[in-house]
Amino acid sequence: MNGEIFGFEINIWLDALARLGLAVGLMTVAAMALIYLERKVIARFQQRLGPTRTGPAGILQSPADALKLLGKEDLRPKNADPWVFELAPYFVFVPIFLVFVAIPFAFGWQIRILELGLLYVLAVSSINIVGWVMAGWGSDNRYAMLGALRAAAQGISYELPLVIALVAVAMVVSLPGDVRGSLNLGEIVTEQGHIPYIVWQPLAFVIFYVAMLAELNRTPFDIPVGESEVVGGPFVEYSGIRWSMFFLGEYTALLLLSLLGAAVFLGGWAWPLGETVAEQNEILGVLYQFGLTAAKTGFLIFTVFWVRATMPRMRVDQLMAFSWKVLLPLSFAQILANGLVLVYGWPDVLLLLASGAGLVLLAVIIDRAVKRPAERPGRPSGALEGEAAT
Amino acid sequence: MGQSLDSLFSGYLPVLLGAVVGFFLVFSALVATRLLAPFSAEREKGTTYECGMLPLRRASTNIGVRFYLYAILFVLFDVEAVFLFPWMLSFVELGAAAYYQMLLFILVLGAGLAYAWKKGALQWR
Repeated sequence: MNGEIFGFEINIWLDALARLGLAVGLMTVAAMALIYLERKVIARFQQRLGPTRTGPAGILQSPADALKLLGKEDLRPKNADPWVFELAPYFVFVPIFLVFVAIPFAFGWQIRILELGLLYVLAVSSINIVGWVMAGWGSDNRYAMLGALRAAAQGISYELPLVIALVAVAMVVSLPGDVRGSLNLGEIVTEQGHIPYIVWQPLAFVIFYVAMLAELNRTPFDIPVGESEVVGGPFVEYSGIRWSMFFLGEYTALLLLSLLGAAVFLGGWAWPLGETVAEQNEILGVLYQFGLTAAKTGFLIFTVFWVRATMPRMRVDQLMAFSWKVLLPLSFAQILANGLVLVYGWPDVLLLLASGAGLVLLAVIIDRAVKRPAERPGRPSGALEGEAAT
Repeated sequence: MGQSLDSLFSGYLPVLLGAVVGFFLVFSALVATRLLAPFSAEREKGTTYECGMLPLRRASTNIGVRFYLYAILFVLFDVEAVFLFPWMLSFVELGAAAYYQMLLFILVLGAGLAYAWKKGALQWR
């Protein structure tokens, strides 16, 4: 049993290790680049310059920060639970790193194409909520505890729309031989050679994007890490390199979820003309496919920064209501509409019509919610007993 | 059988190795900081971060009940999502009956969600 990399046949253990090594390199460079780019982009939005001092245009800012963090003292509070506190960075970082295994970058360029790739990605990526709660619980700090609970509540609430929106797209995948539905990320990307799935499933894309922002704890869903409320959330007590592990995990998650969105909705390396170019010239084709993946992922990441520069933080009751009362019913409706069209073999245009109608409905709901006069954010605590009586 | 087990092994081998590699990435960073960073055990450094005073009790008490409500709802719907995966891969071949069975299942869950909504379990307070 042998694998193949760069045209050389090697042992599958070495093959897997080599591919993982490439992923580690990509992750390190990408995370540093993303931190730098985010600071630059946000600075431009706010009419500042961002980092300029370290190296030309400040590009050495991230390596400098990494070195500084490496040299900082790594403190552990006396009251902290040593095991939970020490293990939390592993539980945050390792699951996110494992998502790399199933992500396709170009034709033949992935760690593995798993038959249940999408299920694997969703299952593994959600483990890191456990790490957040461990960090909050282990620190024995009220800010950390509150932040962890908020992160858990938000994470599980938006997990559902995220999963169901991705299932809706995976249903639509049409394979040769009239087979519909696939969880294999390689097949999902290859089948988008002509039309990316955002065309058939715009509602699912919007739900995925919103849920992705929430899963990443990005603005406007950043209440678990809000500086003005819980001074940084579950990571208050962490310092030095241990703290930077959480940060690395966060930016890796941003990269990976954007890669996933680009692969599932925007056509990954296949659209437009990914396979045609590869047939003309192999090396050019691979470069072109990498370029497509990078451009789409980069665009998604840029919009995430853009949203951060534009939106204020949401209130917690609005946040939970938006997930449970709007996104969840809409994503279920999307699944049922898709199922009806597919089971009777109706033309695919109906998928677009149903999804588009759902998108209009979502826009109307948001518009009405925004224009409604502001109400007070609910009764003071103690209302739960009153609730039980009604 | 042997062949498919082999391909399963080679498919998920990177997952196993990835967990090990990820663990060692974090571990090596922590070892590096042990070597590079200064360490001194001072009493004041070990105190919990609070606005200048010592916290009164441990932090891990009194968690609001609303978190449990959302957790219970999440478990219900997550189990439902697990059922969706095998269904979505096979319902077209199984025909209309499979679709209507899932429709019924989702409608029952939808009724549950509507009940929770009406009871105010979805209202954060």
